[in-house]
Amino acid sequence: MSWQGKILRINLTSGELTPEPLNMEWAHDYIGERGLATKYLWENMDPKADAMSPENALIFATGPLTGTNASTSGRYAVVTKGPLTGAIACSNSGGKFGAELKYAGFDLLLIEGRSEKPVYLLIEGDEISLVSADKIWGKTVWETDAWIKKQHHNPMLKIATIGVAGERGVRYAAVVNDLHRAAGRSGVGTVMGSKNLKAIAIRGTGGVRVKDPKRFMEVTDEMKNLLAKSTGGLTKYGTNAMMDTMQEFGGLPTNNFQQVQFDGADKIDAKAMLKTDETGHTNLLTNKACFGCTIACGRIAHIREDHFTIQNRKEYWHASGGLEYETAFAFGPVVGVDDIDACTFAGYLMNEHGVDPISFGVTLAAAMELYEMGVITTDDTDGVELNFGNAEALTIMAEKTGKQEGFGEILGMGSRRMCEKYGHPELSMTVKGQEFAGYDSRALQGMGLGYATGNRGACHLKHDTFDVDMDDQTGEGKAEPCKTSQDWTAAVDSSGLCMFTMGAWGAPEFAAQLDADSEGEWTAERLTQSGERIWNLERMFNLAAGLTRADDTLPERLLKDPAPSGTAKGRVNELDRMLPEYYDLRGWNEAGEPTEDTLGRLGLI
Amino acid sequence: MHRMLHIEPSLCTGCLQCEMACSFEHEGEFNPARSRIRVFEFEHGRTSVPYTCTQCVEAWCMKACPTAAISVDTQLGAKLVSPEACVGCKACVTACPFGTIEFNPTSGKVDKCDFCGGDPKCASACPTDAITYVDAGASGVGRMLASAQQAAQGGAS
Repeated sequence: MSWQGKILRINLTSGELTPEPLNMEWAHDYIGERGLATKYLWENMDPKADAMSPENALIFATGPLTGTNASTSGRYAVVTKGPLTGAIACSNSGGKFGAELKYAGFDLLLIEGRSEKPVYLLIEGDEISLVSADKIWGKTVWETDAWIKKQHHNPMLKIATIGVAGERGVRYAAVVNDLHRAAGRSGVGTVMGSKNLKAIAIRGTGGVRVKDPKRFMEVTDEMKNLLAKSTGGLTKYGTNAMMDTMQEFGGLPTNNFQQVQFDGADKIDAKAMLKTDETGHTNLLTNKACFGCTIACGRIAHIREDHFTIQNRKEYWHASGGLEYETAFAFGPVVGVDDIDACTFAGYLMNEHGVDPISFGVTLAAAMELYEMGVITTDDTDGVELNFGNAEALTIMAEKTGKQEGFGEILGMGSRRMCEKYGHPELSMTVKGQEFAGYDSRALQGMGLGYATGNRGACHLKHDTFDVDMDDQTGEGKAEPCKTSQDWTAAVDSSGLCMFTMGAWGAPEFAAQLDADSEGEWTAERLTQSGERIWNLERMFNLAAGLTRADDTLPERLLKDPAPSGTAKGRVNELDRMLPEYYDLRGWNEAGEPTEDTLGRLGLI
Repeated sequence: MHRMLHIEPSLCTGCLQCEMACSFEHEGEFNPARSRIRVFEFEHGRTSVPYTCTQCVEAWCMKACPTAAISVDTQLGAKLVSPEACVGCKACVTACPFGTIEFNPTSGKVDKCDFCGGDPKCASACPTDAITYVDAGASGVGRMLASAQQAAQGGAS
C-alpha cells in the first residue's frame, strides 16, 4: 500500500524529532492530505489557541496517491489555524515537494512549538535534523532555495520555504515550494514564520509501493487517457482562459468589486499571454507540469526586458512562473491594471517573497478605493499614487508588502484589518477575513454561498458550483450543489491528486485509483462520505475556535449593491435565501452547528 | 536494428511520468531516485530535459568494468549490466562521461538503462512524446524534416 506508515513529529521548542506510526484508522476515515491533516490538527491543538502562538500546530500532509504515477499525484496540504481568519487554514500545493516527502519515508509532518532561533528542517535520506537558519533568515524564497542546495551539496533537494513576508508576519504569507508552486492561501507561511521555521528541505530516495500494482497500472493508464480527452484547453491556455469567460459573463470583480467587467481584460488574458508583440516578445514561454501531472497547466513566462519594472534590474531577466487566472485577476481587474508585464512581475514578487497573490491584490484594491475616497493620501502610501489602474503602484506595493517596508506593512495586515484601521470595514472584500477570489457572487450565486460558508474564509477552490451558476443566476437550487461539491472537493483534496482532474474524473474514477493504491475498500460512496466527514470536522474546529453563524456572510457590497453590468445586471447575492436551505441540507441547526444526529452519522462523536 | 531513446526537451513538461515508469519497471515501486532516466530543470522550469544513457557504441562503462559485467544486447544496441557479475566497484560510474550509470546503495550494484528489453517504459509513459524510441540510424530525421520544411516555406514566401 502506498502509505509509508510513518509521520514525523517535530517539536521546535525542544528540538525533538520523533517518528511515529501513521494512525491508519484516521487514514481510513479521513483519506489523507487535507482530511488527515485536519484530524491530526484537531487532536493535537486547542482550536482557541492564537494562530501565531507556539500552541498552534502546523501540518504538512501527503495523500494516499501522492508520489504514485496517477496523474497529478504531486499534491500535499498544509493545515494549521489561520492567522488571517482565526479559522482552520488549509492550503495545498503541487510541484515536486509533496512527492519527495513521501519518498523520504514520511506521510505527514506534524510541527509544534516555536524554535528559539530560526531553523530549517533537513531530511536527507535517514538523516533528519534542525539546522540553524541564521544565514538565510531575511532571504527570499529563491535565495533560500539556492543557498540550501549549495550548502548541502545536493541539487536534488526539494525545498518548501517562506520569504521575508512569512518571517515578518504578513497575515497572508505563503509557503512556496520548488520556486514557484505554493500553498498560497490563508497565511500558512505566516504560521511557519511565527515558529521560526524558515524552510523544509527534503531529499527522499525511497519508493512508494501500491496495494495492487497490476490493477493500479491499468487503472491509472485508463484514467490518464480519459483525462487527456477533456484537458486540452487547460494545457494550451492554462487557467487564465477563465478571464474571457468571466468578462463576458460579467463575473469579473473589478476595482475592488465596484464593477464586474473590466475593459482591459483582453490585454492580460490567456490569448494576450500567447501573443507576440511588435518587439518579438511573447509573454508565455512554455507550459509546465507539477509532479506526475499529464495536464501541465502551469505557465512559464518572462517579462519584456525594456519594461519599466525590470529594465534596470537584470536579476529578473529570466523565466519564472507566469500568470494564472487568479493571479491575473488579483493584479489585473480587481486593481484595474491591464499591463501584462507588470502583472507578471507582481507574480514573480509574490513567489520570491512568499505572499498570497489573491489576498495581496484584493487588499491593495481596498487600499486603492480608500485612496480614491481620500481616506488615505500619498502621506500614508510612501508618496505612491494609489489610483486604480496604476501598474507602477501595483509592483511597488507588491515589493513593499513582500519585504515589509513602508505602506507594505499596512497592506500585509490584510484587507479586513486594514479597512477597520481606516474606519471603512465595508470596503473589505472578505469572508472571515480572507479575501475573495476572482468570481463575483452577484453573477455566480452558488459561488457566493460557497464563499460565505468556506471553512477557510472566501475561497473558490473548496466547492464547485460553476456550471449551475452559469446556467441560472438566482439562488434557487444552489444550496444542494454547493454542499455536495464542498464534500466532494474535500475528498479530492485529501487524495493526493489535483482538483483540476474533477472535470474528467468523478467519484468512481477516484475510488478506482484509490482502491488499487491503498488498503481498505475504497468505493465512491465511502469517498464522498469521508468528504462530508472532513467538511464537518473543519466546521467543528471553527466553532470550537469561536466562529459562529454570523461569520457565514458576505460583504454588504455583494448583498445590497446590484451588479452594475453583465448578465447579472441588477442582481445581488441571495445569501439569505440559500443559507437556511444549506444548513438544513447539512444537518446543522439554525446556529450553523452540526446536530448530534449528523455528527453520529458521520462518526464524529 | 540499433535503437535509441530520442529526446526532445522542448516537448518535456517535467511531469516525471518517465521516472516513475522506469522505477516501477525495474524496482516494482515508484521511486524517481532509482530511475534510469532523469529529468533536469533549468531556469525556473523554462526547460526540462530528460537525460539517460545514450548506449555508446564504444562504451566507456563496458571498457572500464574489471569483471566483464557489462555486455551488449547486439540486437538493440543496449549495454546491459549483469547483476551476478557486478561487484559494485563503481569503475564504470567513474568512466562514464555522462553520469548515466549509477551505483545503487540498496543492491550494491550499478543501474543503467536497458531499453526495458525493447519496450522502454519511459517512452510509452511520456504524455507529450518528448521521449520516443527510434531507429538509432535515423535519429536526426525528424529535425532534418522540420528544418527542411522551414526552408521550403521560407523559399515559397
